Amino acid sequence: MSIIVGTETKLVVSGLTGREGSFHGLRNRDYGTDLVAGVTPKKGGQDVDGVPVFDTVREAVEEAGANTSMVFVPARFAAASINEAIDAGIGTVIAITEGIPVHDMLPTYWRAREAGVRMIGPNCPGALSPGKANVGIIPAQFFAPGSIGVVSKSGTLTYQIGNELKQAGLGNSSIVGIGGDPIVGSDFIDILELYENDPETELIVLVGEIGGDAEERAADYIAEHVTKPVVAYIAGFTAPPGKQMGHAGAIISGSSGTAEAKKEALEAKNVQVGRSPSETARIAAETLAAL
Amino acid sequence: MDLLEYQGKQLFARSGVAVPEGEPADTVEGATAAAERIGFPCVVKAQVLIGGRGKAGGIKVARDAGEARAHADAILGMDIRGPRGEGPFRVHQVWVEQASEIDVEYYASIILDRSAKKPLVILSRMGGMNVEEIAETDPDALVRRHVHPRDGLSLDAARSIAVDAGIDEDVVEGVAGILVKLYAAFNDNDATLIEVNPLIVTADRRVVALDAKVTIDGAALFRHEELAAIEDPPEDPQERLAKEKGLTYVKLDGNVGILGNGAGLCMSTLDVVANAGGRPANFLDAGGGSKADAIVDALEVITSDPKVTAVLFNIFGGITRCDEVAKGIIEAYRRVDMDVPLVVRLDGTNSEEGLAMLAEANLDGLHKAETMLGAAEMVVGLANG
Repeated sequence: MSIIVGTETKLVVSGLTGREGSFHGLRNRDYGTDLVAGVTPKKGGQDVDGVPVFDTVREAVEEAGANTSMVFVPARFAAASINEAIDAGIGTVIAITEGIPVHDMLPTYWRAREAGVRMIGPNCPGALSPGKANVGIIPAQFFAPGSIGVVSKSGTLTYQIGNELKQAGLGNSSIVGIGGDPIVGSDFIDILELYENDPETELIVLVGEIGGDAEERAADYIAEHVTKPVVAYIAGFTAPPGKQMGHAGAIISGSSGTAEAKKEALEAKNVQVGRSPSETARIAAETLAAL
Repeated sequence: MDLLEYQGKQLFARSGVAVPEGEPADTVEGATAAAERIGFPCVVKAQVLIGGRGKAGGIKVARDAGEARAHADAILGMDIRGPRGEGPFRVHQVWVEQASEIDVEYYASIILDRSAKKPLVILSRMGGMNVEEIAETDPDALVRRHVHPRDGLSLDAARSIAVDAGIDEDVVEGVAGILVKLYAAFNDNDATLIEVNPLIVTADRRVVALDAKVTIDGAALFRHEELAAIEDPPEDPQERLAKEKGLTYVKLDGNVGILGNGAGLCMSTLDVVANAGGRPANFLDAGGGSKADAIVDALEVITSDPKVTAVLFNIFGGITRCDEVAKGIIEAYRRVDMDVPLVVRLDGTNSEEGLAMLAEANLDGLHKAETMLGAAEMVVGLANG
């Protein structure tokens, strides 16, 4: 098994005819992902390197059997594109687009929840299940198949940790980037629940950063519901309050959302927190070896 | 994007929320003339993006034109620090408004609750003080109510919030009406925060917003031309230059310049440098897929900070190709006067090609490091040595 994406994934890319959409969509296909369709309004009937393009997601579902959608369309149109996928009966929507207004995401979040659709992102690198499927922009060469599930707010930081695990001879069941925006479709706890129930996952690495309280809520969730060991890393101890650190959601508001508070909350629930990406990878390797 | 008090009040006024009559001014003459038009007594208020203005002497009541002139003269150009030592913030503008006769002070806000994925309305009968203080001293005095984004805030729901908060009976209707209008302002302007502290009841029992703190979602400015137009360029010279060049840069107070690719890795780099005993000078996320030109711009911005004594480039190439980064570094050495040492750690996509290019270029003061930790220790040694 694996989570979010796998051998059963049939991918439709919204924005496949765009520069980035085609680059990453075809890269995902080269990795082995079953890319069945692209969607661009008014370009139905065309193809991108042999992949059929439809006008609507509904056609991609009905005619090509798509069950997972990747959204690569520009920020101001992205929420409408996610909504279209939700309404078309897609099971999983992965939104890569950065810079979607939060007031667009609020109703879209509830639309997905109420329809029972799994949403990942926006402003995320996507999800990778090594050896099975890659949906998004994660460079798969730094990850190997294995039993560590990774869930992260950050892309490059995850690549750094994944590469260190790979060099230590370890691999991953899945890597899920949940995104760095204030409103994301899936929080840490949603993904922790999937890893807890995934027989292939033996250990979970959680990579958080300043802003919001998703890490604190994850700590409570872990204490109550997660039996597998969790190792965490938090970025942003040196971040000043009130400044947005790259990601729209990475901001300390007043005295809340600090890295210290997150580290303390996790440690209070017996989650080990590494001081650097390297130490985090090392703790994960040692913990896994001791199982 | 944070709005100044007067910009927030103008936004409130457009949504039908009562605010005192006033005018902004950026000169002593302008402020005095504004005071004469508005009448006396009036209040001269420093316009800076920080709380604690009153305590810092940035808010003064004027009873005549002479006092208005003296207050504007004292306040314009003054530096104000925040309650946690933030700043200093230089006062470039004042807001001159009609003095209000205050009978009661309440607190009202609408924030985006990231966990609940809903706007959260907060109302309290204890205004004038900071909301954390209210929560500590009298948590029952704070009524917190989530609003489902699909339903919005009805007048009935707003009335029940006002009743539960113990608002004076005769102004429940007025406060509820203002909550509904503030919620509309929150939605219509893509705000992530609206705070009115205090929301006052005047001697003649009118409900008026006496202060305004508003944050607008920067990602939504494309559909708010009038708000985008009032966004001031950053005051810090490096932050201003970075913005012009389209770079994500935050100034810090140390001496180790830092560039990373990706927000998370860059924050992590700052932390690892701090753990190694260094003080980061900045956060700079070169972003995914950084091209050579962006690297040149980044190095120019980082080294324009006179406090910087050494620079660290920490790159883990995913989409970013390390040979592109190396090309940018070599180009930057041609175009920027590099008088501080540069530590480079290149790993990931095309790192071998990138490192070979750097070796061949044989640049003065460039040091290569294998790992993130090794790079941090090396740059701290160079910065402090």
